[in-house]
Amino acid sequence: MKEINYITENFGKYDVFSIDSYMDIGGFASLKKVIAMDTEDIATLLTTAKIKGRGGAEYPMGRKWSQAHAVDRPHHCVVCNADEGETCTFKDRELIKNDPFNLIEAIIIAGWAVNAEDGYIYMRAEYGSLRPRLLNAIKQAEERGFLGENILNSGWNYKIHLYSGAGAYVCGEGTALIRSIEGKAGRPRMKPPFMKQSGLFSRPTCIDNVESLSIVPHLLRDAKPYMEMGQGDSIGSKMISVGGNVNRPGVYEMPFGMTVRQIIYDLAGGIQGDRNIRLIQFGGVSGKISDSRVLDVPYTYEDFAKNNLIIGSGSVLVIDERTSVIDFLRYTQDFFLHESCGQCIPCREGNRHIRIFLEKIKDGTYTDEDIKTMKTFAKVMPMSSLCGLGETAQNALKSAFEIFPEVFTSNRQKSMEAVY
Amino acid sequence: MIEDSSKFELTEELKASIDKILVEHYHDFTQIVGILLDVQSKIEQHYIPKIVACYVAEKLPVKLSVIYDCMTFYDALSDKPRGRYPIEICDSIACKVNNNEFLLKTLKELLGIDFGTVTYDGRFTIEKVSCFGACDRAPAVKINGIVYGPLKTKAQMRGLLEQFV
Amino acid sequence: MAEMINLTINDLPVTVEKGTKILQAAKQLHIDIPHLCYHPDQRVKARCRICSVEVVGKKRLLAACATECWDGMEVYTDTQVVRDTQRGILQLIMADHEENCLTCPRNGNCVLQELCSRFNIRRPNLTHVGKAIPIKTNNPSLVHDPEKCVKCGRCIRVCKDVQGIEALGFAGRSTNLRVTTPFNDDFTNTDCVLCGQCTVVCPVGALVEKDDTDKVLDAIFDPKKTVIVQTAPSVRVALGDAFGLPDGAVVTKKMVSALKMIGFDKIFDTNYGADLTIAEEATELIDRIKNKKTMPMTTSCCPGWVNFVEKHYPEKIAHLSTTKSPMSIFSRIAKTDYAKQENIAAENIYSVAIMPCIAKKYEAQRPELSMDGIPDTDAVITTRGLIKLIKYIGIDFPNLPENEFDNPMGESTGAGAIFGATGGVMEAALRTAHEWLTGKEMPTLEYTPVRGFEGIKEAKVNLDGNELKIAVVHTLKNAALIMDKLRDGNCDYDFIEVMACPGGCVGGGGQPVTTTFAATKKRIASLYSIDRKSKLRKSHENPYLKKLYAEFLEKPGSEKAHNLLHTHYVGRKKEFEFNK
Repeated sequence: MKEINYITENFGKYDVFSIDSYMDIGGFASLKKVIAMDTEDIATLLTTAKIKGRGGAEYPMGRKWSQAHAVDRPHHCVVCNADEGETCTFKDRELIKNDPFNLIEAIIIAGWAVNAEDGYIYMRAEYGSLRPRLLNAIKQAEERGFLGENILNSGWNYKIHLYSGAGAYVCGEGTALIRSIEGKAGRPRMKPPFMKQSGLFSRPTCIDNVESLSIVPHLLRDAKPYMEMGQGDSIGSKMISVGGNVNRPGVYEMPFGMTVRQIIYDLAGGIQGDRNIRLIQFGGVSGKISDSRVLDVPYTYEDFAKNNLIIGSGSVLVIDERTSVIDFLRYTQDFFLHESCGQCIPCREGNRHIRIFLEKIKDGTYTDEDIKTMKTFAKVMPMSSLCGLGETAQNALKSAFEIFPEVFTSNRQKSMEAVY
Repeated sequence: MIEDSSKFELTEELKASIDKILVEHYHDFTQIVGILLDVQSKIEQHYIPKIVACYVAEKLPVKLSVIYDCMTFYDALSDKPRGRYPIEICDSIACKVNNNEFLLKTLKELLGIDFGTVTYDGRFTIEKVSCFGACDRAPAVKINGIVYGPLKTKAQMRGLLEQFV
Repeated sequence: MAEMINLTINDLPVTVEKGTKILQAAKQLHIDIPHLCYHPDQRVKARCRICSVEVVGKKRLLAACATECWDGMEVYTDTQVVRDTQRGILQLIMADHEENCLTCPRNGNCVLQELCSRFNIRRPNLTHVGKAIPIKTNNPSLVHDPEKCVKCGRCIRVCKDVQGIEALGFAGRSTNLRVTTPFNDDFTNTDCVLCGQCTVVCPVGALVEKDDTDKVLDAIFDPKKTVIVQTAPSVRVALGDAFGLPDGAVVTKKMVSALKMIGFDKIFDTNYGADLTIAEEATELIDRIKNKKTMPMTTSCCPGWVNFVEKHYPEKIAHLSTTKSPMSIFSRIAKTDYAKQENIAAENIYSVAIMPCIAKKYEAQRPELSMDGIPDTDAVITTRGLIKLIKYIGIDFPNLPENEFDNPMGESTGAGAIFGATGGVMEAALRTAHEWLTGKEMPTLEYTPVRGFEGIKEAKVNLDGNELKIAVVHTLKNAALIMDKLRDGNCDYDFIEVMACPGGCVGGGGQPVTTTFAATKKRIASLYSIDRKSKLRKSHENPYLKKLYAEFLEKPGSEKAHNLLHTHYVGRKKEFEFNK
């Protein structure tokens, strides 16, 4: 198996600053098709393709759209979450960079499907250099009547607004994201009210990730190749970002069902200096970890679940033997310590103290009581924190308890050996 | 040391360009983050001095506490002066396992500065930031929005810095 | 009828209205789920997570303060996981908290302290991570000690949602998160008007008033000083709360006894000052109407409101009535007429005011409210400060015998009493203005259109054919609405009463920390009952007031009255002024 080009079909095929060149390769055909379709049929198509949200939450997209459409409140809006902040996740960057018009088309389709009045793109500040091409794509789409008033004579009005993040991982969380668009610091709020009922500016809101949205125009054009890829309930293809100690870090599109070994050794060219793998983290910094025991597991939602892993944002971070498990966990914890919004106590203070415990383990100065307390916090903190960040911040640590128990043993000698 | 922010002078020219930014954002307070990013980019030291924050608060209008909260919450906004070319060193795990420690050490050596200090000519400051999504180019740095990487040797880094002379 | 739903909490069945949160449902079963950031009068924050409970079928714990019950819900509040969470959160807080309870102003009535004692949190098993942060105290009213802060955000909510000031806000992220003023400025440099609402809602000792009780005790022990005390109308209906009496209990006479025991030489009543304020303010209103001076006129007895106008609407200070507040009028009379009568040198009179307010501390030190460098009011103690003094002296308050105020300045009318409630100043002023303008008593003394908890109340009063359009406003968020109208030139009121705190002084920033809207409403009802039971219900009928005007001040609005009982205001400059 090798890399394929379904979602990435348009990459390099057209001038990303020219709507004409996009339309020459069939751009906006899907939108024209959609305007004649029943909105429920669009959601059904997504459900048939079993597309799950690709930002990390893995919520079935077809269900999300039909629920969003059904909400009986006015002024619906669509938000495109382009704030991918998970470490080693940069697939959305490639999608925006190489195929901005497809994304705009997808956001218009989403708007039609959920009967929205406005579409918002929330793009992380780190991708500021991509702003001009999105602004250009919006402008040109407006000039051609794909955006604005009475789109394609359907009587429907729709606008797209581009908002910038400013460097906060937590703003990838839906409620934090909308607060950031609303002009506040991006601290999550509690749910309910749910987004679909009362989200951005208290309007019914449907949030989708860049990759999830990008699939839609392709699927509407020709669903057959997509439906033929993958295995089991994991249909189609997926964009993955591979990084860390691999020879060819980068973004790849691959069909579901490739094994982890194929991803690391075939797509990403194997490990730097042919070293051994210490651990692999899937689904970004909030994902779970394992080691080379999962090399032959096929990359599907079901097989990953069986192995206590998550696909999440679709990142594969490979760490070789030069980095110890405890150092990796410290780095992870450093990240969350920096990125926690700080408002809820379990996350703000919990991260801080788990970081201290990890330091003690590295130094060999811990007590059995420390290990016990750390495990308790690693358990209750995700259960009680306010948002998804706190919920997932200990995923790596908790899977390390399972995969690398020797690091956390009360036998200090053994632990120190495991640490180094 | 980095210049004292209280001495910052709000010139008529800067006022005019802030006014223009506000118009471009339709005086819409929900766009405060974008406004502050734009305003910050107009200031040589890439930060928001207090007097500028007060000016934006009054002209937008929005409460000063909202601006201060945003300034301190978002990494891309700074309340402290930085160099003309702030070097943001990615500190994500992908960069860490690709030895960004060497990158950091070498940059400090080449520039003769540490975190919180600026080069004698006011040109560079260095700071660590969370992942900026360039893990395929690890270890990487970002200077005024542009990513440079992978930077693995001293010669590469020197070459990079020379671009900003 | 509301839809009812059934659920169980710790296997006990309970039926509640749809929309009830788990926290309230548990209360029905007499279970107190611990909570810290939750406040009954505020929007749910669900930030402290200490109210987390287990719900069958949910993988994660749910915040009891924020989660609505559903039919068939099974809640557990006492499982091992819940206990680990509650204890864990407290341990985490304590590791970042300045632990010196003994020297904390909230020692003994601190929510965190109570929770730690309830969950048996003793020696911390975590590394202490708290850092020393300077205390902000550069103003006469408010003390902010960030090291004690638990970042619950109650103060931010009240400052924003109730007052619309937003002087306090969050800043920073993760472990740098802090509650602060913009750029960590002193309060006097910010939009803060020192209303003190933040000190009422703060669950710990992070935001407290400046404590002047020691200053007062020093004066009491000073043999040269005659220490007189005045008590604001709303203190007598709030004080009992702290001693286990029902919300809104009227404890006027016990309070007088307690003050005598503390050692004050004379116990007087701010209500007397209030009657004087009415006499002057009604005269001023009539004068402004007749001589077409700046209209509308607004009240000026609330120091938070005065600060607000001076700071936020400096170009509108001419609308503020120049009549001093009851506290300041009282003190000036005490140091002039009373001093003369009693043959005491003014500088030997030490005038203490017990106020429901911390902005009064700021008012007391205004240079325009002093004579020859001696402040009219020497010290202001809040209701909370008085509670402290009563406890310090060791008084068994609920069982005290009753006592009467001293004369002459202890005499007052029902009109003075209702000053403590929103609408009260307006009602009192109308009673007098109506009679003076028309020569007839108000058709109904109890003027209900200005009563109640609504944010902005409007009415038209018929004064012998002349229509007076009035508005009564409480909370500064509502006041800002009126002021914006005034600024835009479409405000056609004649007379506006503003009180900065919700419900008026009864909900003031110096009231006990147990104050809620519900308690405030009861206190308002108590003030109206005091009025109803008063023999004299119109300020100008106060016999000592009549005597004062006859013997000393000539008549309301006289030159002498102007010199002694009126003040002026100064629009305040911002740190940066950008003209255009």
